Amino acid sequence: MRPEELRERQARDAVDIKTLEAMAEREFAVIGGRARKVNSVGKVTGSAIYTDDIVLPAMLHGKILRSPHPHARILSIDTSVAEALTGVHAVVTGRDMPVKYGIIPWTRDEEPLCVDRVRYIGDGVAAVAAVDEDTANRALDLIRVEYEEIPAFLDPESALAGGEVPIHEPGKPGRNGNITKHVRLEFGAVDELLSQSDVVIEGDYFFEGSTHTPIEPHCAIGYYDPTGKLTVWSSTQVPHYLHRELARVLDLDVARIRVVQPVVGGAFGGKSEPFDLEFCVAKLAMKCGRPVKILYTREEVFYSHRGRHPMKMKFKLGADREGHIKAVDNKILIDGGAYASFGLVTTYYSGQLLAAPYVFESYRFDSTRVYTNKPACGPKRGHGSVQPRFAFEVQLDKLAERLGIDAMELRRRNFLGEQKRTVNELRVTSNGFLQCLDAVESASSWKERQRRLPFGRGLGVAGSCYISGTNYPIYPNEMPQSAVQIQVERSGRVTVFSGASEIGQGSDSVPAYIVAEELGVPLDYVRVVSADTDLVPVDLGAYSSRETFMMGNACIHAARQLRTQVQDAVAEIWQCTPGHVGLAGGWAFDTADTARRMPISEAFNIAETKFGTLGSTGWYNTPKDVHGSYRGATIGASPAYSFTAHVAEVSVDVETGFVAVEKIWIAHDCGRALNPMLVEGQMEGSAYMGFAEALMEEQVFKTADEGRAGLHNAPSLLDYRIPTSLDTPEMQSLIIESIDPEGPYGAKEAGEGPLHPSIPAIANAIFDSVGVRMDSLPFSPPRVWRALQDVEAKNRWAAAHGLASSQSEAAAD
Amino acid sequence: MATGANVLAIVRLKVNGDEHEVGIPEHYTLLEALRYGIGLTGSKQGCDKGDCGACTVLLDGQPVLSCITPVWEAEHHEVRTVEGLASPAGLHPLQDAFEANGAAQCGFCTPGILMSAYALLQRNSAPTRADVLDALSGNLCRCTGYTKIIEAVENAAAQMQGREL
Repeated sequence: MRPEELRERQARDAVDIKTLEAMAEREFAVIGGRARKVNSVGKVTGSAIYTDDIVLPAMLHGKILRSPHPHARILSIDTSVAEALTGVHAVVTGRDMPVKYGIIPWTRDEEPLCVDRVRYIGDGVAAVAAVDEDTANRALDLIRVEYEEIPAFLDPESALAGGEVPIHEPGKPGRNGNITKHVRLEFGAVDELLSQSDVVIEGDYFFEGSTHTPIEPHCAIGYYDPTGKLTVWSSTQVPHYLHRELARVLDLDVARIRVVQPVVGGAFGGKSEPFDLEFCVAKLAMKCGRPVKILYTREEVFYSHRGRHPMKMKFKLGADREGHIKAVDNKILIDGGAYASFGLVTTYYSGQLLAAPYVFESYRFDSTRVYTNKPACGPKRGHGSVQPRFAFEVQLDKLAERLGIDAMELRRRNFLGEQKRTVNELRVTSNGFLQCLDAVESASSWKERQRRLPFGRGLGVAGSCYISGTNYPIYPNEMPQSAVQIQVERSGRVTVFSGASEIGQGSDSVPAYIVAEELGVPLDYVRVVSADTDLVPVDLGAYSSRETFMMGNACIHAARQLRTQVQDAVAEIWQCTPGHVGLAGGWAFDTADTARRMPISEAFNIAETKFGTLGSTGWYNTPKDVHGSYRGATIGASPAYSFTAHVAEVSVDVETGFVAVEKIWIAHDCGRALNPMLVEGQMEGSAYMGFAEALMEEQVFKTADEGRAGLHNAPSLLDYRIPTSLDTPEMQSLIIESIDPEGPYGAKEAGEGPLHPSIPAIANAIFDSVGVRMDSLPFSPPRVWRALQDVEAKNRWAAAHGLASSQSEAAAD
Repeated sequence: MATGANVLAIVRLKVNGDEHEVGIPEHYTLLEALRYGIGLTGSKQGCDKGDCGACTVLLDGQPVLSCITPVWEAEHHEVRTVEGLASPAGLHPLQDAFEANGAAQCGFCTPGILMSAYALLQRNSAPTRADVLDALSGNLCRCTGYTKIIEAVENAAAQMQGREL
């Protein structure tokens, strides 16, 4: 095609002049629209390639042998018979990779395969590579491991009490090796303000653990080529951290390792650190010179876990008569499982992230994470803060009840505001929490219905806040947290090389929307290449709700440099100021006269003629001077916080204790919705996941009385119950846009914040419905039924509904 | 393919209209035959025990869990997978609606859900909300909370009214 023909054709493909005029009038041409996702058509046609869909020539299949004991010494491992089996190409044990790893550099306590001790049922001890899966399984049966069992710590209290052989060596002699981390922070005169409070609400809360259950099990492939280059394909959400840890553990040059993240089938925090299979495929591939794949079974996904920590929470809340929060005093015991994972951060988050959206006059938290001989807990969506948020929002509901203040109004009275510091000195910029409350109040007809519905039906409210990424990376460095490179081709095609990890949330789509907005190209001219360490600049990964905020800002930074070049070059031709050159809808146009325009590729060609080949680099780094000066002040510091409010409506069957959630209204302040459809998807997915934890899910283990102490009670998707389409309530998303001053076009996170209020909103709705307080999760029929047997329940309900009962207040908490 | 100690068998499968003759271990499930024997990796393995529905395919038009269907049971029957939904003319209206509504997040459950939804619309062109919820109740989705999926199925049904599947 000749250049003129190409231009003519593109002019036909670009938007017509009327649409262009309308675009020129609007603040944004693409941002804020309900555009389709990019890179996603393969997900509806079956052509998207997930890790297990990859088949390499001569590929072998790996399997990992796992410990049957919760706590034992490894006395010996004999792999000789397995190695002799026909079809087996390599066997590795812990001694082949005796380097400890861990996502947090200060708490590296895991071995790719256990060297001399196993710490939970399911801990890996050896791995094999064989011609096929069946042969690999047969080989596992032929490995002889001699164990010496050690008393196991299966609950956090016994771990805290300590024992002869702690789960890990203590960091300092004389300390209890069962403690991962203890944090005690105090802000203001807590004891004094508690004693001055008009009302003190005390409660004991228990949050049972839960797990992510992405529908795609973890999978990894390793290939070590004859030149000494290692490639690992993995269903990870943190390619960069995996890249670093592979180099450290395998003692390889990081520049000779490539990590590729194929399409990932769900993660939710469950794939946000290195796992044994990634080291094993690499080591096995190095040993036998052939590609090796390991795909976890569903049981292995449950055992690898890293899900929500069980927490036992003792909360105290002091307030004045008007409901203003004077003091919050919380003590939390965290059941961590066998390894640290993100536990150091979890311990801080359990306290740090509670200090908004409400003003605390004073605040103290004392959180201890202990090791237990169970699968390691880690970061599940809403890392570390979902559990205390549940407890605190129920505390607030009890306070409202005690003082006779409407639960919405109580929350409004304690509103922190925008451009404020929290009691623990976190910097809050934009804050749309009040609008969130207004939105759910109005949509749910709260004023007309709460405390006015018949016995058995009720409404509850809860609020929350969450981070949009963390100001400090996991390993200390001053480099950008996120970066993109943009390449512009003469045809008008633009490719964004993005470090961000697409896990279904839309981080491949965000850079396409931004580039289409800034450079005026049609959306389908934009290609996005992401999460391949050979091709893209570093981004730290899909965790802590950081991608839209950080990669989005990086992308704007890169795209605006190109936009300026294109505007300058076209302005020169048109003899106008660069500010008059608009780019939208496939056109470069004169903003004063849209009739004067050219197809965008022509504008790019003019710019390329003037400036040379078009390309740019953009990056984002976080503010580093916006936190307190106390130890730990940097943990919880985020460039921006999202805010959420939910109202849940429930009905309770008093005969069975079965709670049905009829509807959840979700209002979420995401700063600006770059694509409302994707934001709603995150809000609904979050609220669903919170609902599931509230009513159905619990990651529990057998006790000694039940036969096999430490054995997972239900490692299948049948027995570990996650909601089906029939279980899931109706949800309504209400997007609130507070336009954050530092977010990309004002955007903040939407992927994790909206999970938090589901659980306490449901708990508070159960109280409104039947007068019982559910302080332990999940709110399963036996628990609710037992609570209903308390004869005072009906009195409490009557009192709450103004139907007179003198005993109500004493019983209220 | 497999060269270990497995007993191999030749199986004849008709998938999306194509006849295949494939040598696979005789204990393979239909899902394994599709993924590892024929190379149709669109159908997914999420649990390998019939709990999650990601492996749903159609056997003579009826949705089945291919991960617990012995491959022998598919011989002499018509298998339809997600790869057989689109036509040269473009996406099937269901696929298009999933795209337009943001119904696929991670996309791992999507092939199975599309097949369940397709079977629903084949037997009921105007499903109620309850019909949709019921038809999808064997497919677990962990990303969306189902809302956008349900809307997509309803939109596709509306769009297909009066049109043959």
